[in-house]
Amino acid sequence: MPYDVMLITIVGLPFAASLAALFMRANARNLAAWLATGVALVTLLLAVLVYPSIAGGGVVRHVVSWVPSLGLDLTLRVDGFTWLFLILICGIGALVGIYARYYMSPDDPVPRFFSFLLAFMGSMLGIVMAGNVIQLVFFWELTSLFSFLLIGYWHHGAAARDGARMALIVTSAGGLCLLAGLLIVGRIVGSYDLDVILASGDLIRTHRLYEPALVLILLGAFTKSAQFPFHFWLPHAMSAPTPVSAYLHSATMVKAGVFLLVRFWPVLSGTPEWFWLVGSAGLLTLVLGAYFAMFQQDLKGILAYSTISHLGLITLLLGMGSPLACVAAIFHIVNHATFKASLFMAAGAIDHEAGTRDLRRLGGLRHFMPVTATLAIIASAAMAGVPLLNGFLSKEMFFEEALGARWGSALDVVPTLAAVLASAFGVTYALRLVVGVFFGPVPDNLPKRPHEPPRWMLLPIGFLVAACLLVGMFPAPVIGPFLQAASISVLGAQTPTYSLAVWHGFTPALLMSIVTLAAGTLLYLTRRGWLARQDRAPLTGGLNGKAIFERLLHLLAKTAPRWLERRFPSRRLQPQLLMIILAAALAAALAVGNSPAALEPLRWSSIDPAFALLWVLGGACAAGAAVLAKFHRLAALILTGGAGLVSCISFVWLSAPDLAATQLLVEVVTTILILLGLRWLPRRIEVQTPASDRLARFRRRRDMVIAITVGLGLATLAYGVMMHPVEDSISRFFLERAYSEGGGRNVVNVLLVDFRAFDTLGEITVLAIVALTVFALLRRFRPSAESVGAPAQQRYQNAMDERAPDRSVGHTLTSYLMIPGLIIQLMFPVILLFGLHLFLRGHDLPGGGFAAGITISVGLILLYMAGGARWVESRLRVAPVRWIGLGLLTAAGTGLGSLLFGYPFLTAYFRYLDLPIFGRVPLATAVLFDLGVLMLVVGATSLILIALAHQSLRRPRPAAPSAETRPSEPAGDR
Amino acid sequence: MELVLAAAIGVLSASGIWLILRPRTFQVIIGLTLISYAVNLFIFSTGGLRVGADPVLKAGATDPGRYADPLPQALVLTAIVISFATTALFLVVLLASRGLTGVDHVDGEEDETP
Repeated sequence: MPYDVMLITIVGLPFAASLAALFMRANARNLAAWLATGVALVTLLLAVLVYPSIAGGGVVRHVVSWVPSLGLDLTLRVDGFTWLFLILICGIGALVGIYARYYMSPDDPVPRFFSFLLAFMGSMLGIVMAGNVIQLVFFWELTSLFSFLLIGYWHHGAAARDGARMALIVTSAGGLCLLAGLLIVGRIVGSYDLDVILASGDLIRTHRLYEPALVLILLGAFTKSAQFPFHFWLPHAMSAPTPVSAYLHSATMVKAGVFLLVRFWPVLSGTPEWFWLVGSAGLLTLVLGAYFAMFQQDLKGILAYSTISHLGLITLLLGMGSPLACVAAIFHIVNHATFKASLFMAAGAIDHEAGTRDLRRLGGLRHFMPVTATLAIIASAAMAGVPLLNGFLSKEMFFEEALGARWGSALDVVPTLAAVLASAFGVTYALRLVVGVFFGPVPDNLPKRPHEPPRWMLLPIGFLVAACLLVGMFPAPVIGPFLQAASISVLGAQTPTYSLAVWHGFTPALLMSIVTLAAGTLLYLTRRGWLARQDRAPLTGGLNGKAIFERLLHLLAKTAPRWLERRFPSRRLQPQLLMIILAAALAAALAVGNSPAALEPLRWSSIDPAFALLWVLGGACAAGAAVLAKFHRLAALILTGGAGLVSCISFVWLSAPDLAATQLLVEVVTTILILLGLRWLPRRIEVQTPASDRLARFRRRRDMVIAITVGLGLATLAYGVMMHPVEDSISRFFLERAYSEGGGRNVVNVLLVDFRAFDTLGEITVLAIVALTVFALLRRFRPSAESVGAPAQQRYQNAMDERAPDRSVGHTLTSYLMIPGLIIQLMFPVILLFGLHLFLRGHDLPGGGFAAGITISVGLILLYMAGGARWVESRLRVAPVRWIGLGLLTAAGTGLGSLLFGYPFLTAYFRYLDLPIFGRVPLATAVLFDLGVLMLVVGATSLILIALAHQSLRRPRPAAPSAETRPSEPAGDR
Repeated sequence: MELVLAAAIGVLSASGIWLILRPRTFQVIIGLTLISYAVNLFIFSTGGLRVGADPVLKAGATDPGRYADPLPQALVLTAIVISFATTALFLVVLLASRGLTGVDHVDGEEDETP
């Protein structure tokens, strides 16, 4: 299998399997478990197969080009260090898969669990294999997301939800910082490619943006790896199912942070900033984590704080900055993953079989679960750093580095002191764990009668413990080559010589080991009773990370918005609109004030008396509408229409027939629409409010002043713009090419359907969305109670029809609409034909799909007016939603069609066709696009109009007086 | 010509702005319509006013100077469509709000605070 396929499979397979697991039945526990384990094993096998080509320090790369111009490619790369992580992720993933099969209860939706687990595994593999830093951040955030889903898997528990939310907020916020940091780095280097970045260490370290980039990247790594002060999320993530903890908090999630630190170690380390930031964070985390761990009473709590402490150890090693310390960090990453995963699994087994994880309730379990006890004791010993186990080896390397540390004369002793202290605490909590659970008297109030877990739950634990032993006893042959490959891939030529041996003779480091083991045991023996009585760590008990986090979140999500709301004056619309208008006016005034040239050539334009007269009329209409809109809505509507007509005439006058046609048609439709709406708007009775309303009068005057000022300003601005000579704009481009490249003489239309077709596509999509929204809003429409009854005119007519002996209800309506109705019926085909005419000539003459669409829907609504909705719908099937869909499909399909021929989206094609009778006919794909516009406009317009018209037929219920709609009533339309 | 159109834009926008600052929903919908007329005319006018220019290309005459500027027209055409859509949406929201709240105030309740 070629390497590129292998690399893509390693990342892609878990995601594919995750998707597949989602479709399994909720009780398909075995299938999902074997799928997950199988996928992990396959990726593990593939990773093993890659090994020969990276063993000597080589790199396997595969690049899938995506947006090369932006430096965005999908790059997968594997080197020695990545390989080590691949083995950890896939190997422990497979073991967790087996373990989880027996851990999870059949009552839980287990396939979903495995789906999340697989997706998480894929994201983790994506991080370590990313050859592009943007890609790395992408997968980084994916791990945050899937860890959220995994931690919150038992979402019925509040603790799980809170823990998941906290982990998500902390780690994804860190991920955003990481993105910012890596973008800066990419900017410094000029590439987002990891290999380029890794080769530009000197450039980055000496750049003036080094500090911000470093701080941001460290924020990402520290939040993920639970470094102080961001450590608080990790203990709360323990409400996850234990297999999740075993996976996330040993080999994966939290290791992503230290992975990042190691990965960028050659680039970012070696500066005082790195040393102080990383070193002090690691040191504090190491000591505090171990300190807190001693006081935990929950088994998983001990392991959580111990994880924090060990991550601190790794960070501290990396902060020290020496290549040997970096090797030790890589080594400890592997060791910690093995013993911590096995310990979590053992803790899960104990919880599973004994029914509790509380150290104060457990005891004497070695009698019931001897195998589990043996395995857990060995793993705990590895955690405590007992010789002949893997934890001892990396810890001794750490001691040596701590002894050799030079932090500045007085501080030299600090790392040694911290190392001894934390390791002694580590011995103490390991002893608490082992003795508390497995030794001592058997309590008689255990929730369950404990027994050995199933063999398949023990197997993964045993496997990992065997690894701890093998590495601990024969480090050089078992882990040596892999560690060397990983170190070379990170450190390159800096790789130090080191010896992996159990026995180095009597060294200071060995002495330190002995001291810590003795001190830790002593501490345990003298203080065990006191430790067991503590509910939280003394001295630092008041410092509660969770409480601070919650308070901060409250501040950001509640207090700050409230403050903003109070500061910015009102929830009411009018003050808001007032502010918008004033802000806009101010912005315009400032812009004009800054460029006085805009108003420089103050000349008087000519005044065409006819045009002026026209606008005297238009202005009167507008002002009249403004005055009458409150109490005389119909009059205001008619006057608005008048103003619209005048602007329509202006368009004709000023050589824009396309605009005039469209404006006229839209005017018609809008007027009909508002007329239909007026029926449901009870009339306002004009009452002379007494002089009491001084405030209202003040507002009216103030608004009048503002309106007139802004109007004057706009008029001045418009005059200035119009008198300003038009510079050579891009319009020339369109005029010159409309015919030669767009095949149309009507430049406006060619612009809409060809040059700027993408805008038009967006625009008609908006129209479709609005139409559907209007339709949806009207389905549950509750008109005001006053307007539910028949309108006054209808009542008079019906009363008259009832009084007359020779008439029945409805006669008046039909008789007075008889002649207009007949005319409309006869004209309907003519209107349709006119619409078609507008459409067909649109490319060369004023018209086009939009105007044609509105014409057709006007024809339709006229038919409705003439015959009534029932009459029309019994004869004509109008399916507006289909028209909308068809139109959108046609327009988008035309655009996609160009992709088939290798052109970008929406490239138009045209040619002339010689037809026998019609002669030379232009044939452009843009016309097809325009057809889509036409269909959509017909659909959208008629959907809106018909939906509103239908309200009269459906006997709408009045709105409940409580101003609440009941949710589930039948729509009852038609 | 320009002076008249500028004055027209001023009157339309002043009427519209006065209306959208009023408390009644119907006033706001009329106001928005008037403002959109004003804005459309304004955008259109940025291309320069031409009386009697050719709106469509004539065969053989490629001089761009003799044609009306197509770009503002295309922009305004889009704006007309969108303003129709917003008017329709606003109208339905207005009607629903009148039904649900029983008043035609833009905030859904009468302004009690002085």
